[in-house]
Parts: sequence; C-alpha cells; structure tokens
Amino acid sequence: MNATLTVEGLKVAIGAANVLRGVSLEVQPGEVRGLVGESGAGKSMLGRAVLGLLPANATITSGQIAFEGRDLLAMTETERRGLLGRRIALIPQDPMTSLNPVKRIGAQIGNLLRHHLGLPKRAALTRAAELLTEVAIREPERVLALYPHEISGGMRQRVLIAMAFACDPALVIADEPTTALDVTVQRQVLQLVERLRLRHGSAILFVTHDLGVVAKICRSMSVLHAGRVLEEGETADVLVRPRHAYTRALLAATPRADRPADALRPVPPALIEQLWSEAHRLDRAGEARPA
Amino acid sequence: MRWGEIIKRLVLVPPTLFGVAVIVFVLLRVVPGDPIAMMIPPGASEADITRLRALYGLDQPILQQFATWLGQVASGDLGRSISVRQGVLDLLLARLPATIELALLATVIAVVLGVLVALAGILLRGRRAEWAVDGGVGALLAIPDFLWALILLLLFGVLIPWLPISGRVDPQIDIDLRSNFYLLESLLTGRFDTASALLHHMFLPALALALPFAALVARILKASLADAEDQDYAQIARARGYSRPAILLHEVFPNALIPTVALGGVQLTLLLGGTVLVERIFSYEGIGNMAIDAVINRDFPLIQGLVLTFAVLFIALNLAVDLVVALLDPRLRHG
Repeated sequence: MNATLTVEGLKVAIGAANVLRGVSLEVQPGEVRGLVGESGAGKSMLGRAVLGLLPANATITSGQIAFEGRDLLAMTETERRGLLGRRIALIPQDPMTSLNPVKRIGAQIGNLLRHHLGLPKRAALTRAAELLTEVAIREPERVLALYPHEISGGMRQRVLIAMAFACDPALVIADEPTTALDVTVQRQVLQLVERLRLRHGSAILFVTHDLGVVAKICRSMSVLHAGRVLEEGETADVLVRPRHAYTRALLAATPRADRPADALRPVPPALIEQLWSEAHRLDRAGEARPA
Repeated sequence: MRWGEIIKRLVLVPPTLFGVAVIVFVLLRVVPGDPIAMMIPPGASEADITRLRALYGLDQPILQQFATWLGQVASGDLGRSISVRQGVLDLLLARLPATIELALLATVIAVVLGVLVALAGILLRGRRAEWAVDGGVGALLAIPDFLWALILLLLFGVLIPWLPISGRVDPQIDIDLRSNFYLLESLLTGRFDTASALLHHMFLPALALALPFAALVARILKASLADAEDQDYAQIARARGYSRPAILLHEVFPNALIPTVALGGVQLTLLLGGTVLVERIFSYEGIGNMAIDAVINRDFPLIQGLVLTFAVLFIALNLAVDLVVALLDPRLRHG
C-alpha cells in the first residue's frame, strides 16, 4: 500500500536562499506525524509546498512530493485542484484571518461542500450543521448564519477544523493550529483534531514548534532545522532517546511539569552555529556539483 | 450603520447647509462686481442704478439681506434669478435632472470600465503586461475631465463626426415627457428612439467625466484586490482547490469592494464638480452650465441656489456612500 504522503529530497529556494535542503519524510495512512522545528526551520514551507501554496518567488529546485503514490508536482493544475480541499486539507495557523470576513460561516462551509461533493444548497447547509456539531459547536444552525467576527477565536478554529475534515480527507496538514490560541483552548482543539481524525480516517502532518503538543498526539515525528531533517522516528523513541544533539537541546529547552523551571536550558548558540555552517557547507557542495 | 448614526448625520445637515449659505452669501458680496453692473446699459444714470439696487434689495446692509434671503429659503423660496428673471427653484428643478442623468451615466460608464480594467490588471498580476495596465490607468488619471471633453469633442465631433457635440437632444425632436428626467422616463416608458437620441448627445460628455473616474476606480479596486488576494483567507481558498478566477470573484472581490466604494464613492463629488466645465463645453443644459452663466452675470440668488443644491448633493452622496459601505461590510453593519 502507498504511503499517504511521500516527500523525497525536496529542495526549495526563495531567490538565492535555500529554505528546504533536501527534506524527506513519509506519512502513512492514518498516521499522525509531527514536524518540529524552530521559526525559520522551513516546517511551514514544507506544508505549503504540499498544498501548492509556496510564495510566488519560491521555487522547488529538486525533489518529489507524492500523494498516495501520485506525483503532485507532475500533475496538471486541474488534477491538483481536485485533490486539494477534498483529499488533502489544511488546518491553518491563524483562525482570526483564515475565514472570509464578509461571508457567513454557512456560506463558507456550504461552498466547500458544493464545490467538492456536489451537494445541492440545502443539503450542503444541513451537512454543514452536522459538521459544526462534530466540532462541539452548540446551536450550529445559529452559528451558520453568523459572520466570522461574531464568533470567538476558538470557535473560528473549530469551524476551520470542521472545514478541513468536511470531505473526509486522506491527509490533513495542520499548520501550527494551536499557536494562536489560548492555552486553555489549545487542549480542547488537540482533542478535537484527534477525535475527527479517528472518525474520518485521515492522516495528519502536524506542523508545530511545541514538543509538548507532539508528545500528546503524534505517533511519529521529524525534527527539522535549517531546511534539513535532523532526526526522525517514533515519538516515544525520539523523545526518550534522542540521537541528535539538537533534539536533546530542544528537549532541555522545553518546560515540563516534572522538572523545576530553572532546569530549562536554552539551545546552545554554538550548536545552532554549527548546524547552520553545516547547512551552508551543503549548499556550497550542491553548487559545486550541479544536480 | 445603525439608525442612530443615520439620524445623527441627518441632524447635522441643516447646520452644514447654514454654514455653506453664510460663506457663499458673504463671498459673493465681498467680491467686486454686482448684478446691477452687469444688466444696466451703458450710459445709465446714477438714479436708475440706485433704483435698480433698491428693487433687488441690494441697497440694504448685508446682514439684513441675508436674513431676508434665509427667511425665504426656510419657506422653500430660493428667490428670483436676476439675469433670467425666473424663480430660482423652477430653474433648478428644470435643469438638475439633466445633470443628475449625465452624472449617473458617467458613473455607470466609469464603474464598468474601472472594474473591467481592475480585473484585467489583477489577472495579469506579476506579468509584464501588468505594467501596461498600470501605465494606462496612470495616463487616464493624469488628464482631467475638461481636457478629455475637448479631446473627445475634437476626435468624435470634428475629425470623425460620429456623435452630436452640443445640447441635450436635437431641437427637431419633439420631447413629449412629463418629467425632466428625459432619459430615465423614456427608458421606463419604453420610448427607445427618444432614449437613443438622448444617449447620443450624452455619450461624449459622460465619457469625458467618466474616464478620469474610471481610472480612479480601476486603481483603487486593483490595489484592493491585490491586497485582499494576499490575505490568509484567499490563500487558504487556494488550498481548498478553488481556481484563481473563482477565488478572485467569490472570495476577494466582495472584500475589495469595501475600500473601493468607501474611497471611490467620495470621489463622485469630483465628478459632480466636473459637470460645470464639461456641460459648458458640450452646451449641455444642466445646472453646471447654468452655474457659469450665473457667475458671469453675478446673479446672486441663482448662484446661492446652485451652491446650496451642490451642497445638498454632496451631503446626500457622502451619506449614501457610508450606507452602501455598511451594507457591504458586515463588521460595520452590526456596529
């Protein structure tokens, strides 16, 4: 059976700067894979590459992205659009800006269902109400008639989660979906994502900088830095027996309930320095030996 | 916008108009020249001039004159024109519809042109042809309406005489309409030959007024479209598999419309102001054209009536723009 998502040796450059330096990872059907890294590691860029949302000045210089064995990069625009939103979905980072401010919630969910599933208008609204119930929104009919500014941030994120799972996607890319939320809401959102994943049978690529989130819901994880995967494996293994120095440093920098706060150690600057110079050495090697 | 807001705006209308009235009244009387000087024949005696001044009440102190006029206006009487010797209100009611129709036609042309150009510009975004669109818009914007009037008159009236260049309608045509809204009435009552004759006459002046405004609409709308397309919700729509034209139309356009109406709507007052010169150039019988005659003849009552009319139009336009913006933007609707 094909992996849901296969990324192989993906290199992405923005202008002369490399942002992904040969990333490989796999997401199996139904798997939740965490993609961890600090700001600028390229983790969001990877998600965007899969969704075809790279900024206009970014180019994929080499590598492959396959969805269920089909090459996403070689597909026609129309073929890819048929997959996006239906088989591959996104839970965006910022719920405040990710809904269209001038359209009612019902219209936004309804359009998606009509576009991909061909539901008639009435049926789409009924289904939209069911989806809102799934994400624990009370009085779904009332919420469907509201505009985004009339509901809270946590509620907007639920709406976006409902939209991501609306067409039973095989793969959901969750781009730091809890970062913009209150800590109290974060937990509920994580539980929600987990519940919907099980119900809809989706795999998730969970992009985050939060090792705590990864420990909670990801079965496997990849650690990204400077556009390279430094370490990957089962979450339990990686967190308990980290092999790479950077993973160990990240763990030491993560607050935990069973450790005093003054045990926290920032990632040593020397290590970061060393990783970047490695990355640049790779870049120079790549230039010297044209691909 | 809530009802309270609308009422507040309406309450402010009378004081605003009063302010306008004071300024016009005072300015007219401070500027040298008066209507009597324009109407007397050469060689009139000092006594005749004094009699005429007394006849029109111009011999009284300014404050007295103002109080008299204000009393009349409050009771719905704008006084009598000195040069045309008719009631100012009758003159305005006869001419205003012509100007409103011209401004409406110009607005329709400008919006259609502006929206098409903006859409073309946004579809070409990032390509070299985008520069051509932006450049064209800039050139359109750089030429004022009265200059367009002269250019169009030369091109399509003189060099290639396609269209009539003078008046509102052919004198031969028998206009048998009840209102002075010739175009609207003839369209509504299905008299399309009359409507077509009217449109032939209106097209060039309307186009002259429309071109700079179309450029303005195009520029604001294109910038707003580009801005909205970069927002998260538009990017995410791409990740949902919608095509770019669909996203531009359904997701981006409704958002871009809000700043376009807010900024462009207010600029409609410029278009109204433009009717003064453009109507003159095409001898179009609207209030703009009448305003120039009124000023030349120092026809105080008529000028005052005209300025008040323009002030009412501007205020109404601004209020209408705010209402439409509130209608387009749900965030403003619920206050």
